[in-house]
Formats: sequence, C-alpha cells, structure tokens
Amino acid sequence: MFLAQSSPFLKPALSVSKMMLMVILAMIPGILVATYVFGIGVLINIFLASAFALSLEAIMLYLRKRPIRVYIKDNSALVTAIIIGVALPALAPWWLTFIGVFFAIVVAKQLYGGIGYNAFNPAMVAYAILLIAFPAEMTTYWQTPAMLASQTGGQSLGLLETLNFQLFAQLPPDITLDALTSATPLDIVRTSVLNGSATISEIQALGNAFGHLGGIGTEWINLAFLAGGLFMLRKGLISWHIPISLLVTLGFLSLLFGSFELDSNPSPLFHLFSGATMLGAFFIATDPVTAATTPKGRIFYGAGIGALIYIIRTWGGYPDAIAFAVLIMNMCVPLLDSYTQPRVYGHSDEQTEEEHSDQESQ
Amino acid sequence: MSQSLSQTVSNTIKDSLHQLRSFHGGIKLKGKKSLSVQHPITSSEIPKEIVLPLSQHIGVPAEPVVKVGDKVLKGQLLGHAEGPVSAPVHASSSGTVTAIEERLVPHPSGLSALCVIIETDGYDQWQACTPLIGDHDHSHQSIETLGIEQITQQIANAGIVGLGGALYPSAAKLQTAEKMKTGTLIINAAECEPYITCDDALMRSRPEEIILGILLIKKVVGAKKCLIGIEDNKPEAYETLQKTIRGYERTLSSHSEAIIEVIQVPTIYPAGGEKQLIQMLTGKEVPTQGLPMDIGMICHNITTAAAVYQAVYRGEPLVSRIVTVTGGAVKEPQNMEVALGTTIRDVLNQAGLYEDKIDKIIMGGPMMGFALPAIDTPVTKATNCLLVSEPGELATPPPAMPCIRCGRCADSCPMSLLPQQMYWYAKARDLEKAQDYNIFDCIECGCCSYVCPSNIPLVQYFRYAKTEIWDDERERNKANIARERHEFRQERLEKARLAKAEAARLRKEKLAKKKAEDKKKAEQNAASGETKTPPSQSDLIKEAIARSKAKKAQQQTHRKNTENLTEAQQKQINSVNQRRRERNKLSQTESNDGDEQD
Repeated sequence: MFLAQSSPFLKPALSVSKMMLMVILAMIPGILVATYVFGIGVLINIFLASAFALSLEAIMLYLRKRPIRVYIKDNSALVTAIIIGVALPALAPWWLTFIGVFFAIVVAKQLYGGIGYNAFNPAMVAYAILLIAFPAEMTTYWQTPAMLASQTGGQSLGLLETLNFQLFAQLPPDITLDALTSATPLDIVRTSVLNGSATISEIQALGNAFGHLGGIGTEWINLAFLAGGLFMLRKGLISWHIPISLLVTLGFLSLLFGSFELDSNPSPLFHLFSGATMLGAFFIATDPVTAATTPKGRIFYGAGIGALIYIIRTWGGYPDAIAFAVLIMNMCVPLLDSYTQPRVYGHSDEQTEEEHSDQESQ
Repeated sequence: MSQSLSQTVSNTIKDSLHQLRSFHGGIKLKGKKSLSVQHPITSSEIPKEIVLPLSQHIGVPAEPVVKVGDKVLKGQLLGHAEGPVSAPVHASSSGTVTAIEERLVPHPSGLSALCVIIETDGYDQWQACTPLIGDHDHSHQSIETLGIEQITQQIANAGIVGLGGALYPSAAKLQTAEKMKTGTLIINAAECEPYITCDDALMRSRPEEIILGILLIKKVVGAKKCLIGIEDNKPEAYETLQKTIRGYERTLSSHSEAIIEVIQVPTIYPAGGEKQLIQMLTGKEVPTQGLPMDIGMICHNITTAAAVYQAVYRGEPLVSRIVTVTGGAVKEPQNMEVALGTTIRDVLNQAGLYEDKIDKIIMGGPMMGFALPAIDTPVTKATNCLLVSEPGELATPPPAMPCIRCGRCADSCPMSLLPQQMYWYAKARDLEKAQDYNIFDCIECGCCSYVCPSNIPLVQYFRYAKTEIWDDERERNKANIARERHEFRQERLEKARLAKAEAARLRKEKLAKKKAEDKKKAEQNAASGETKTPPSQSDLIKEAIARSKAKKAQQQTHRKNTENLTEAQQKQINSVNQRRRERNKLSQTESNDGDEQD
C-alpha cells in the first residue's frame, strides 16, 4: 500500500534538466550578440552541433544500454553543443563541428561513463583537439566583426551563402575568404606584441582590434554573456566563487604586468572583455561535473583558470586560452577538493587538520 | 510603573540588539503552515480502545504494573520507569485493562512492541492528582520555594520526555544538566518543518503555562539566562510570548534582568535543529559527538515546558499531546489535543479525509518524518504531526540520476559537511572514508536530498552507511571479545606452565642447597673432629619411615567410619574402590586427551 520511501518527502527544488535549460536560457543574449557580430554562421554552428550532439548521445546511450529518453532529457548534451557552437569560428565547416562534437560527447563524456562521470569539460576537450588538429580552420575562419566590416569593403555572407560555405565550402564567385575574415582582436594583439611589430598604442591607432572596453565586436558578446552569468548567479544556478575568482585573477594579473610594460600589455579591461572570457567564466568553468566542489576549492579553481588564461594568452602559442586553462584545472580538481574541505560544525580547526593529515597518510 | 516602563524599553532595545548569527547552508521552504493554524486547538474524542506502548521514549521500556482486568483511572501509572534512562507510562483515559500484548507501533519499519490496551469507560475520570503548586498560584515565590529534587521527581513521575522529537526522558536530562552547571537554557520554539503548527498553536493558546514551565526548568538547571528561539514566520506566537513575559516580570519585586528573552530567528530550514538554533542564538557550536551541556547549554522544546507546567501545577502526567493533522487529503486541517494511545485512524477520521485523494500518510514533518507503514497504530509522545498528502503534493520517488557534482548539497548542509563525497563513499561501501568525511555529524535534516537536482536520496544513503558502520562495530566488538578471551586463556595457560616450571626449579634448587648444606655440614663436622656424628643414610630412611607411619596413623584416626568393619563390608568397599580407581584412570586419560585438543 505504501511505497518504501524515506524522508525528505518534499518535492525536489530543481532537476538537472531544468538546471541545464536555465543555463541555455542564460546564454541566449550572448548567442544573439555573437550572431550579430560574426554573422549567421554562429547560429548554424549551434544548430549543427546540437543535432550532432543529440544523435551521438542517443547512439552512445543505446550502445551503453542506458535509458535514452531519460538521459537525453537532461539537456546536458545540448549545453555542450551550444558552447561548442559559440566557441567555433563563425564560418567553421560542418565537419569541424562534427569532429568537435564527436570528441565532446562520445569520447570525453560517454566513454568516461556519461553525465557526472567525465573528468574533463567535454566542450573544452573538443575545442582543444580541434585547435591542435586544425589550427588553420580554427583561427582564420572568423568572419570580420560587423563593426569592422565597412573598413574591409563591407563584405559579409547571407544565410544561404553561409550555409553553402559551411556545408559545401563554396563561396560566391566575387568573394574571397580573405576578404570575409580577419584575425580576432586577441590574435592581433598577441602576434604584434610577440613579433614586436607594433606597440599597444600603435595597434590602437589602427582601430582594428580595440573597441570601447575590450576587443572590437567581442566586447559586446562578452557583455551579453556577463549579463547571462549574472542572471544565473541571481537564480542561484551557479555560485559566485568560480567566475569571480577567475575574473579577479585575470584582471589582477593583467593589471600587475600591464603596469610594468604599458606598451606590450593590453589593459585588464581588454582581457576581461575579449575572446571567450565571460563565456568561460560563467558558462564553461562553472560546469559542475568537472569543477571543484568545495567553496575554497572553487576559488582556487577559478583563480587557477584565470591565471592560466593570462599566462597562455601572453606567453603561450594560442591567442585564447580558456580551453587549455580549464582542462589543466580539471586535472587539479580532486586534489583541490581533498585539500579544501570545509570545517565541519562542531569541529575545531585542529581537528579538521588532523583529519586531513590522517587522510594523507592513508 | 515608570520603572517597569523603562524596563520594557530597555528589554526591547536589548532584544533588537541581540546579535543573531547564522548557520551555514539551510534552505527556504514553503511553510504550508496556514493550512492547519487557522482554527483553535480541538480535542480528540475518547476512543473505545486505547493502545499505550510501554516504550514511547529513548531508553529502557517501562515495566507494566497493571494486570489484565484492572480498572484504571486517567493518569494512573501503567508502567514504571525502569532504570535511570526511562520514563513511566500513564493511562490516558479511564477504563479497564483488556490486554498487555505486542501491538504495531508507529515506526518506519512497522515494528511491534509491548502495549497496554485499555477499553475506555467513556467517563474520562482523572485519578487524584498531587500538584506541587496550586493551579492558580502563578507567583514567582511559589516556584522559588520548591526544591530542585522535588521538581525533577515530579517531572520524572509525569513521564515527560523531549517532545521536540528526541524523546529523551526530561528528568534524566535535567539531572545531568544540574550537575554540569548550565549557564544558558535554550527553548526551541522554532518549529522549522513545513506543515507543522502544533508548537505555534500551543504558544498562542497557553503562553502562561509555557512561561511557568520554562521558569521551572530554568530553576532546575540553574541557568542564568534563558533564550527562546522562534522562527519569524510566527509573529503572533512571538507577540503573545513577549506580552506574557512582560506581564510576568511586572509581578516581580526586583527588576534586575530579563528573565526570559524571546528571539526571532530567520525562517530557514533547519533553524529548529538543536545545533543550528544554538549557533544562531549564541554563536557557539556544540562540539562534535558532544552535547550542548559541554558548552554550558541545555536545550528543551517548548512543548516539553508546557508538559512540565502541567506536571507541577496540576499534578497531571503526560497523557495527551497536541498533534497537527494536515495535508491536502485532510478535510479540516487542524491542531488536535489527542489522548495518547488513540489510534491514528481515529484521529484522521475525526479530522475527515478525502478517501479518494489519500497519497501518503506521514508522521512528523515532510523533511524528517516517515511514511507510516500502518495507520492502526497509536499516537505516542512522539507524534507531533500527521500529514496526509494528496497526489502530487509530495514527491514520489523519482529515478535518481547520476551525481553531477554541482555541490548544492554542500552549499545547503547546515553542518558544513560534503554530502556528495559522503554519498560516493557510502555507495561504494567505503565506510571508513565516509567516516573520514564525518558522516556521524550528519543530522539527517534532508536539505541535501531536497536540493539535489539529480534526485539522489542522499539521506537514505547516509542512514544506510551509519547503520552499516554500527553493525560493523558490533561485529568487531564481538570479535574483539572473543579474541581477548582467547588471548587471556593463552596467557593463563602460559602462566600455569611457567609457574610449574618455576616450582620445579625451586624444588631442585632447594634440594641442591640442602645437599650442599649437608655436604658443608659434613665437611665442617669432619673438620671439627667429629664432635657430632652425621646421621647415616640408613638412619635418615628410618626417620622418614617413622614420619610417614605417624602421618598414616594420624590420617587413620580421622577415618572413623571405616574402622571396625565387617569382612563383607570391607569386601564391598574394596570392590568399590577398585571400580573407582579404574574409572579415575579412564577419565584421567580422557581429560588428558581433551586438554591436548583444547
């Protein structure tokens, strides 16, 4: 007559599926702005990635003999797909998206045991693999931001033309790829500074990299993702620890080094509002599965990502660094979690420390 | 008058200045309290049959003192307390004892326990009660004149237990507190679980009883300060208590200090957890595996205070309690004063049920209560709420998804634990690791399960792990005892062996010494020119024979009944002796074998 169920009996406040849906909702402003800046290709990327992700997830669940419907409905594959879609160059060919999604869903997620069991952020695994395997496509297929298009002759692609290029690699006869694309602000700054070909003020004078806050075009995308992130904070979907510590560390480091060599270091604002900083801080680094879980651990985790982003952007071989920074910090998570356990109610500090040393010795 | 006014003002200021701390985590829940709180407290009808379990408390069950067929009056003792941690049980109405037998009791596992069953006569006639203070004498002096022992005894006799849910015999708790020199008495009136309003109703309808009960407890434990913690979703109860306290203070001659402070705490579940309430009110933490007494505090529930009042001022033992009957399937949700032992079915029928809408029947609140396996079980001292939900009102166990490590459980844990880690280890049955993560500090409040987006029944896992650890410990203890016994035996045998060897050595030594001495003597004698002839060998033998003869003779003098026997008797004895000798020989070899085997 009665089901054997134990307390609590109240309906749960939230489900994974609803949580992921809210995350998607929070990403919409960023996606829209990105579409405005980089063209309709962004939406096509997201659409393709979602389709690939859902079908690959379903196939993998079938092969792993898991209930397909239950797990598809958790929306986590969709979030991964959208992040990949936004992160890829706007003119990325379809196979690039497919390979990315394949590595994210099949390799990084399902082969590790599905949702909850993956040690590495699936979207970032995809991005890192693509960046290493297809550096040309990943860095040069960025359509010129709308704000700059007039300078380069005003060429951009419509929906059908973009589709034609992404699916069949065919451009309209009078348009060349070079005319359509340009290096991203982060790329421009890094190459110029590394080569020593131009100082920050000279780049600024050129007007093709700096906007009002950060990178031209990308600053608006970052602002939109920041707004989405604040929405998630307010709704209690994510805790403040990771994004705040990440942004503070990145800002602090760029301020610190920037104050030594003003000419070769862009301002903190440029770092915060260029590339995928805000997307990374609020939507990627906060991926619950692969992030640290203790409050203190989350702070170290976010700060670590922030520091790595600055290091790789400034001295590394890639213009942006979210993927590598996140993946490296993913590796540190078990360590962070075990060293940052909170003091339990009624335990003295020494007690907690003793327990830790006990655990270490075990 | 002016003095009391200034007193009131200063108290109000003190109230607002009382610095409230917060506890970690906690969750905001929909109260659902308005369902049952609108009407005044009703009383239950006297049922035809009353079933009173002899164990309605923590500790040893009460020992029945009535027989089948006895006529009992309301309030009459049915079972007396057995040992220091136990509580008596009293008849909750008048009638005849028809049976003392095992009956189902409200327990999550559907256990049976010994109960006294009374067929009521409908008169509900009280036995003669012996209050310590007259019911209308609410003066402070009369409390002051009472002895601590006297009050504690009255509380013990009334069968009062912790009515907040702990069910620990109150008198036992007070006695230890008295010895510990408690500084602060904390009265828990938070009532943080959704749906439950029995404490709220009690505070609003019987504030004076509560305050006097608290003063009695305060006197017993010798507390200097008394804080009542009440959630801020009960403004009416708060005001009522404040007013009653001010009114009482006005009757006092000295206006030195506020006798009782009522403090509103934020409505965050589980604010009514003892540890959380203490943290909020005082900023102190109860040490792990310790008691509030370890930091000079004692915590009692507000309902317990009212029961203490009834015991002292009316001489009435604990025979009824207020039960919140609520939920979507109840026609008239209400607070009902129910005679203990009334079946839950009777109570629910009186409140009225939508039969076709019944989903779950829960005793206690939705966060920490349990689904009743059967409703033909009695209301006991533990029954604070009966929640009958309609479909969709409460959760049906949803399929648990994998943990996504979101950490919401840790964020909500009022004990700052890491439920997610504890879950991994409990699931893997790595109990030692689970203990490393302090699983025994878990208060099972249910916050983590509630916030888990993957619907993992975390608390259930923790209960499982705890019981497994206890089981293991018991097994280990058993094994330890066996091992110790074995080791002890080995040691004893070894000791015996050593003692034997030592004795043999001593004997040898003695012999050697004696020989040496003899030799020495002989040499001396020889040296001194044979002044004394040494006893020759044959002489020594003769002496020994004589000694043994004397000894035998002596022994024989004791065997008087074997003297002067006839020949036939002697023959008989000889044959018996023969048999005995043979048997002894046999048994000796057997026992030798046995020893070797052992």
